[in-house]
Amino acid sequence: MKPAAFDYVRAEHLDEALDVLGREGGDARIIAGGQSLMPMLNMRLAKPRTLIDIMRLGELARIERKAGTVTIGAGVRQASLLAWPELGQSLRLAALALPWTGHVQTRTRGTVCGSIAHADPSAELPLVLRALGGEVHLRSARRRRRVAAKDFFSGMMATTRADEELIEAVSFPADQGRCAFREVARRHGDFAIVACAAVAIPDGVRLAVGGVADMPTARDFPRLEASALDDALNAFAYELDARDDVHATARYRRDLVRMIGRDLVREVLQ
Amino acid sequence: MSRLQAGRRHSVRFTLNGKPCAGETEPRTLLTDFLRHQIGVTGTHVGCEHGVCGACTVDIDGRPARACLTLAVQIDGSVVRTVESLAPAADRLGILQAAFRRNHALQCGFCTAGILMSLDGFLRENPRPDEAAIRDLLTGHLCRCTGYTPIVRAALEAAAEMRGDLSREKSDA
Repeated sequence: MKPAAFDYVRAEHLDEALDVLGREGGDARIIAGGQSLMPMLNMRLAKPRTLIDIMRLGELARIERKAGTVTIGAGVRQASLLAWPELGQSLRLAALALPWTGHVQTRTRGTVCGSIAHADPSAELPLVLRALGGEVHLRSARRRRRVAAKDFFSGMMATTRADEELIEAVSFPADQGRCAFREVARRHGDFAIVACAAVAIPDGVRLAVGGVADMPTARDFPRLEASALDDALNAFAYELDARDDVHATARYRRDLVRMIGRDLVREVLQ
Repeated sequence: MSRLQAGRRHSVRFTLNGKPCAGETEPRTLLTDFLRHQIGVTGTHVGCEHGVCGACTVDIDGRPARACLTLAVQIDGSVVRTVESLAPAADRLGILQAAFRRNHALQCGFCTAGILMSLDGFLRENPRPDEAAIRDLLTGHLCRCTGYTPIVRAALEAAAEMRGDLSREKSDA
């Protein structure tokens, strides 16, 4: 279980990384913390011809809060975000979810943007981005564009990022209301069997679910009576099209969506 | 910008356990294999090679990290500490290691190097950890022998000893 051979490019400026990516496209992959990509390389599920390391680009290692938006650069490690003094105030949902993202020993290197680029359907950070309605800032040598979370994730570990684009940053609306997060996994820090995030919206609650469908999926629920809420959660659980796998049955996953969903909706509306 | 070509060896310079160190390696070589095969420090173990088991955990720039999820070329210029750094001398154990030995916190020992490196960094920053904090840290490691209880006990005992709260009889244990 060793990676196949590749050229390793250590970029000193963002333009260099964009230039190589523009020329080599799908044969090149960006590596930041490597905590999602390295297992793929080790298992040879990914065999890029070139790896472009962006961790020496200081300009990408910034967290900024401006006008109600928190922007996190591609070089920001998960541990750095967790240690950001404003996290609890500005991005409470991320503060709740980050301790579930991998382990202490992987958060020290893994980046926020890297986890979102990897787009594992059971990962916490894509779920948080989807729940809060954040944006992914994509950049290529030719253009820059922003894509809403709901349009970024397109399937199991698949996104709408083009081959010549890299994620420069992600942005989240700074927290304005109540939120809640809960996850069930075999071991704390392992991939979620089901992870749920809930945030208050003007007329009710948005519930986002990871680990069930092939991408994080959100649904807005108005304020409902108990039995109507149960019916709505049941319908949502079925629409996620859960599948049986080695970790859990589809039925168990639906059960978790119904139960955790109900708890979180109540918690947020309290 | 530097481009290190596949299939060729490239120089990597870093600090290993307090001393300058250098080696040559291909871009695809993992830090685990680089340390063990090129540098010759074999205390760092290779387990799952996808970041799950924690046996390869080392300290990179003051933080615990998976050596199997790190390329050797990525640590150029970094400060790396491995389990070899814990013993004060060739025939003596560090406080944490001695606590592991007293508490039977290892049986086969395969996971031990990684757990020691996680705990070593953690106890420096958290001199008064509770059991829950240690168990949370240990979720990043798999041990199939001990059931973790003796590891938790050893960590708490080592923390107390490092703080100077524990007076223990001198013994060879």
